[in-house]
Amino acid sequence: MELSDKLFYGLLAAGSLGALALCTLMGGAGGAAFALFAILVLAGSLLCIWERSVVRSAFCLIGTFGGTAGLFLLLGSDFLAMSQILIYVGGILALILFGVMLSPPDLTERKLPRVLSGLVAVGAGVAFVAAKVASTVNWVQAAELAEPEHATERIGVGFLAYDQYAIAFELAAIVLTVALVAAVYVARRRKIDLQDEGAQG
Amino acid sequence: MGLGAYIAVSAALFALGIVAILVRRNVLYVLMGIEMILNAANINFVAFNRFNHAEGSQSNLDGRMFAIFVIILAAAEAAVALAIVLNVFHLFNSVKPAEADLLRE
Repeated sequence: MELSDKLFYGLLAAGSLGALALCTLMGGAGGAAFALFAILVLAGSLLCIWERSVVRSAFCLIGTFGGTAGLFLLLGSDFLAMSQILIYVGGILALILFGVMLSPPDLTERKLPRVLSGLVAVGAGVAFVAAKVASTVNWVQAAELAEPEHATERIGVGFLAYDQYAIAFELAAIVLTVALVAAVYVARRRKIDLQDEGAQG
Repeated sequence: MGLGAYIAVSAALFALGIVAILVRRNVLYVLMGIEMILNAANINFVAFNRFNHAEGSQSNLDGRMFAIFVIILAAAEAAVALAIVLNVFHLFNSVKPAEADLLRE
């Protein structure tokens, strides 16, 4: 393991523990749960950018997607959390891992200065915007909120009972059908290609 | 935690997605960055829906519905993108966007 790797993992672990402690002090158990999922999300995507091999990056994305599902749970949307895990971790990540098979291992592709300057730019930009926003907006505090209602059934019913979502639901079905059929059509191997390979082999 | 904390996480995730697209020279990182950006948008939708205090907002599902449609479209996008990557790899023997320069010649 190189020195830069050690430094990065150490800083990441220290930052995560610090954020966890800070949120626990500020928000008690709720703050700790939020910090856990937020750290999963951010550390997952940071590791995805950092890792050299595409396979490792793809697996680091599990943290991002799972942490997002946890944040949905904290926000009282259990149906969304379930579909997030099902579709992202089960579907999209599997697709990306399938694409990884195409990519020859290229461990020199990651350029450390590029990654570091990108991360620094992100840190500075987010800090600047956060400072601006925090000084102008008066956020609703969590204590003023009603308990989250669990909306599993209401979302299922909402698709069909309310007129406003029914059309969008049907449109989404058409889009999915067209997109998936088109994906299969685009990705198919043409007869000519197969004949070429037969001639070569 | 309040709305501000969720928005901070979502903003950081969005920015990291942009970084993943910009700093890595591999089309798979572009896909992963897009997924991160869509996730950040979803967190925003659901958080604003949860912290909405307007009249009658307790029965309002708009934000969550938006998030569901984003997830649906992300699934469709991933499938199409992978098909395109397969074809690009077939044509150029590479998955680096910089090497797909057929129109330049």
